[in-house]
Amino acid sequence: MRLEYFQMIDKVLALDLDARTLKTANTVPEESPIFEGHFPGHPLLPGVLLFEIMAQSCGMLLLRLHNYDRMAFLASVDKGKLRTFVTPGQVIVVDARLEHDGSGYGRLKAEGRVDGKLVCNADITLKTMPFPAPELRGYLLSTAERIGMPMGEAAAPASSGNLSHV
Amino acid sequence: MSTTFDAVANIIAETCDIPRENITEESHAIDDLGIDSLDFLDIAFAIDKAFGIKLPLESWTQEVNEGKATTEQYFVLKNLCARIDELIAAKTA
Repeated sequence: MRLEYFQMIDKVLALDLDARTLKTANTVPEESPIFEGHFPGHPLLPGVLLFEIMAQSCGMLLLRLHNYDRMAFLASVDKGKLRTFVTPGQVIVVDARLEHDGSGYGRLKAEGRVDGKLVCNADITLKTMPFPAPELRGYLLSTAERIGMPMGEAAAPASSGNLSHV
Repeated sequence: MSTTFDAVANIIAETCDIPRENITEESHAIDDLGIDSLDFLDIAFAIDKAFGIKLPLESWTQEVNEGKATTEQYFVLKNLCARIDELIAAKTA
């Protein structure tokens, strides 16, 4: 995890295209300027970054399911819960699941766990649209490669989830 | 139509915290009820789930932006409900 670059996902642990799920590993760095202010003597990963970790895991799942033909942007977080402190060095395992593939948006559920214990969860809505810049798609593809996203199998056709909109 | 309208009106009332009595078949979701695009995503999600359909929001938006359709055609509730009924019929055909 490189907090200053908002690179939250370290590794893909599992991808299931049929179940539309993604499991990621996200290790909180031991040191970061963020911890100097949040908080002195009591370093905690800010809660908003837990939401970001969940949102990025959901986004990488949605992009993969749609074969990187569109970008996904965070639109809303519902029923967000931050259940316990997350500290430097801990590994957050996030499970993301696509609940509904709408026209121009996706609704997903995400849960984050440390050592098997639920630390955060939320319902996340991502708005999807054509990539606003070609380099952004390239960046996302390189990110997918960096985190070990399985790329061999094509995602499901339009009738079951592609964003070739009606 | 009435069953669809009642379901949609209830969804809008719950999702957007709008008094149910203020929502009529003639209401324009945007102009009369003040629903913005983000709130409409929540409404679309609830409608998609309730009716087992996929509202084609993107193509509707594109048609409006290109002047091929008016917002009234899709966002006046009686018209929205007619579109929903068409999508339900197409699904079961």
